[in-house]
Amino acid sequence: MVGKNIYVPESIVIAGRTFQSRLLVGTGKYKDFEETKLAIDESGAQIVTVAIRRVNLGQDSSEPSLLDFLPPDQYTYLPNTAGCYTADDAIRTLRLARELLDGHNLVKLEVLGDPKTLYPNVIETIEAAKVLIKDGFDVMVYTSDDPIIAKQLEDIGCCAVMPLASLIGSGMGILNPWNLEIIIDTLSVPVIVDAGVGTASDASIAMELGCDGVLMNTAIATAKNPILMASAMRKSIEAGREAFLAGRMNKKLYAASPSSPTTGIIT
Amino acid sequence: MKISINGKIKNFDTDILTFESLIKELNLAGKRFAIERNGEIIPKSCFADYQLSNGDKLEIIGAVGGG
Repeated sequence: MVGKNIYVPESIVIAGRTFQSRLLVGTGKYKDFEETKLAIDESGAQIVTVAIRRVNLGQDSSEPSLLDFLPPDQYTYLPNTAGCYTADDAIRTLRLARELLDGHNLVKLEVLGDPKTLYPNVIETIEAAKVLIKDGFDVMVYTSDDPIIAKQLEDIGCCAVMPLASLIGSGMGILNPWNLEIIIDTLSVPVIVDAGVGTASDASIAMELGCDGVLMNTAIATAKNPILMASAMRKSIEAGREAFLAGRMNKKLYAASPSSPTTGIIT
Repeated sequence: MKISINGKIKNFDTDILTFESLIKELNLAGKRFAIERNGEIIPKSCFADYQLSNGDKLEIIGAVGGG
C-alpha cells in the first residue's frame, strides 16, 4: 500500500476484477469521439460507462462509432440504463447490452424516478437488481444516499453500491458527507460516488471520506478544457485516496501548539 | 413483408428474409449491435438460421456515449 516514501496506488476489486484506477468515467457530452478518447486516457480511467440506444439506420457504414475509438479490449465497458424509468426497461436494456458486448456481464444499473431531477427510483432499482443478479449480472448500482437502501442493495448481491453526491449533471458536489460516511462504514462492497461531482476538490473530498472510487462524466466533459480537467480529476482521486490512507489530523478550534519550536526564540 | 425496425415500418420485397440478409440490407455488416425480435434477443450465432416473419418488431441497438 504505502512503501518507503513511495506511494504505490492500491488496486480496487469489483466483482473479482482488479483495477488500478479509482476514477470511473462516462463517455457522454463530449465534442467528438477524439476528445472523448483524449480525455479518458488523460483521466487514467479503466472503466468507462456507455449508454445503449437504437442504432442510426440511415448512417454511412464507414462512419466511426464510439467502440472504434475506445476498443472494448482496452477498456472495461460499463453499459448503463440511463433513461430507464422502470425495472423492466432497465433489465431489457442490460440484457441487450450483454448480447452486444459478447456476454460481458458487469453493468451499471440506474432506474430514474423523474426526468426533471433524474433522482433514482430506489423501489424499481431494487426490483431490477434482484432479477439481474439472478440472471448472472454483476450489478454496480446507482442509488440515493440513503444508508438503509444502500445496505439492502448490498444484501441483494450488488457488487458495488454507487450513491449520488448530488443530482446527476448538477455539479453541486457532495451535499451529504454524513450519509456517505454511514454508507461507507456499513457496507463491505465498494462504495463509489456516482453523480454530482463538479470539480477536482469534490472528488478529493469523496475519496477522503473513504469512498472506494468516483464515477463522473459531466464535470470532465463540460469543462472548458475537458482534457485538462480529466488530468485534474486523476490527481484529485489519487490525492484524496492518499489523504484517506494517511489519516488526517484532528480538527481543533485552536491549537496553542505551533509547528515551530517554542524555545530558542530571539529576545 | 413489413417489419418494424426501431419504431419505423420497412417494406421488404421478399417472403423469405434471414437476419443475416437483413443485416446486409441495412448496411450493418461488421458493426457491433444487438437485436431483439418481439421482445426476445436473437443471438448473433443464430443470424444465418433465423428467419423474419411479416409483422415482426425489431429493436437494433448499439453503444453510444453516456454517463
